[in-house]
Amino acid sequence: MTYDFFYKLFGSQVVAAIIQGLLPLFVFILPFAVFAVWLERKVSAHMQDRLGPMRVGWHGWLQTIADILKLLQKEDIIASENDKPLFNIAPLLVFIGSYAAFAAIPFSSAFIGSNLDLGVFFIVAVSGLVVAGILMAGWASNNKYSLLGAMRSAAQIISYEIPTILVIVTIVMVTGTLNLNTLSEMQTGHFWNWMILGGPTLGVAKFLMIPFMIIGFVIIYISSLAEVNRTPFDIPEAESELVSGYHTEYSGMKFAMFFLAEYANMFAVSAVVAALFFGGYQSPIGYLGNLIGIKWLIPIEQLFWFTAKGLFFVFVQMWLRWTLPRLRVDQLMAACWKYLIPIAFVNLIIIGLITLM
Amino acid sequence: MTIYDLIFYLFAAITVISAFFVVTTRNIVYSAYYLLFTFFGVAGIYVLLGADFIAVVQLVVYVGGILILLLFGVMLTNRITNVQIKTGTIKIAPAAIGVALFAGILGAALLKTNWKTINSEIPISTTHTLGLLLIQQYAVVFELLGILLLIALIGAASMARK
Repeated sequence: MTYDFFYKLFGSQVVAAIIQGLLPLFVFILPFAVFAVWLERKVSAHMQDRLGPMRVGWHGWLQTIADILKLLQKEDIIASENDKPLFNIAPLLVFIGSYAAFAAIPFSSAFIGSNLDLGVFFIVAVSGLVVAGILMAGWASNNKYSLLGAMRSAAQIISYEIPTILVIVTIVMVTGTLNLNTLSEMQTGHFWNWMILGGPTLGVAKFLMIPFMIIGFVIIYISSLAEVNRTPFDIPEAESELVSGYHTEYSGMKFAMFFLAEYANMFAVSAVVAALFFGGYQSPIGYLGNLIGIKWLIPIEQLFWFTAKGLFFVFVQMWLRWTLPRLRVDQLMAACWKYLIPIAFVNLIIIGLITLM
Repeated sequence: MTIYDLIFYLFAAITVISAFFVVTTRNIVYSAYYLLFTFFGVAGIYVLLGADFIAVVQLVVYVGGILILLLFGVMLTNRITNVQIKTGTIKIAPAAIGVALFAGILGAALLKTNWKTINSEIPISTTHTLGLLLIQQYAVVFELLGILLLIALIGAASMARK
């Protein structure tokens, strides 16, 4: 819908497509990252009975902006032993990988970057670019800590992709679509039509499915935590062992680029979880626009609900980060291969049987 | 020259140029990363041809799978990254004959084939049709391939245990 609007405004497909492509970055991800970094510091501070940043603005809400200004002025250090071209490309590759996922995420019924029929499959595919970028950063830094961090990160992302995909397959089996927009539209109405509560079709199967859907949600949420390298799965950047993993050697805006990619990724996985299980952009309680008969209000409300759901899951990620200790490498792999994958498989089979009923 | 042509030549250039550098560069890690751009370019051409599912599979299998495996191998192998790979030419005459023959076959195939042309239209998504074909017409082949991959996985796991 927004694409048609820009196409009418500028009369050129190229301009419209470029604006459509840049819209999530400038309207959404940058403000979100600024807010989320501040939120992370506040959440961590209050969990540890501190106040966190308090000086810049009301309760320190401008702190991140001040930090960005500081990072912009920092010297861009490239050590002589670094592999210069790869060292420079790596932050971009990581960010491209995490931003590409936003192409298939429906923010509201009026805005989806590209209404891909492959949707969630595409999101899984482009996360491969992030892995390549992280490995590139680790290798080009020419630093043992960086390389170790990159290896751990890549191994972790690849392993935890399997339970994620198994849960996605479960949902695809029930709904018969990979398109996140269609998936969100199917879960319209009220919150009892969400996939976590068995989906929109009423019947015995719906109620049988509820416990297994909850198991599926827990599995995909745990593995999405591992995919964005958050605690309890943050061994790739374990400060006490590896300095800070693959971005140890980076400074200034290149470091900020990794940070931005990390926060963009956090929202992307939360958005996928919200779209798969929690109705995507659909309101849980009906729309004000329908109630008072203003049609153009509905997409805006949907944007609000989508952001709210995404932000809630991002908040839970932060909550877990400051609550749980870090897993060891062997525990990490055991959790994935011995617990999550078998449970996800059994879950897949059970939901398949229920769907056949 | 429409936008379509422009994008096609862009992706074709990415594919061909990066493929050229994969072969000629002396650093094995650089080769691996040029390969990333080759795979990316091929995926782009698949999208232009309307084969969206194949394009994403290309990304999953080659970028997310094979390339990462390659990088792991290269980076974990001790001192392989410092090895200077020889990219010069040896035995030009046999190589030239081989290349000329292969080019001849390819050229003949290109010129002699009775290419099927269809009017370009907005491509429809192939996922649904592809899924139905795999599960109905080619079900046996599909299942056999699955078993083959499973055997390979079990073999790898049992070898890793030793």
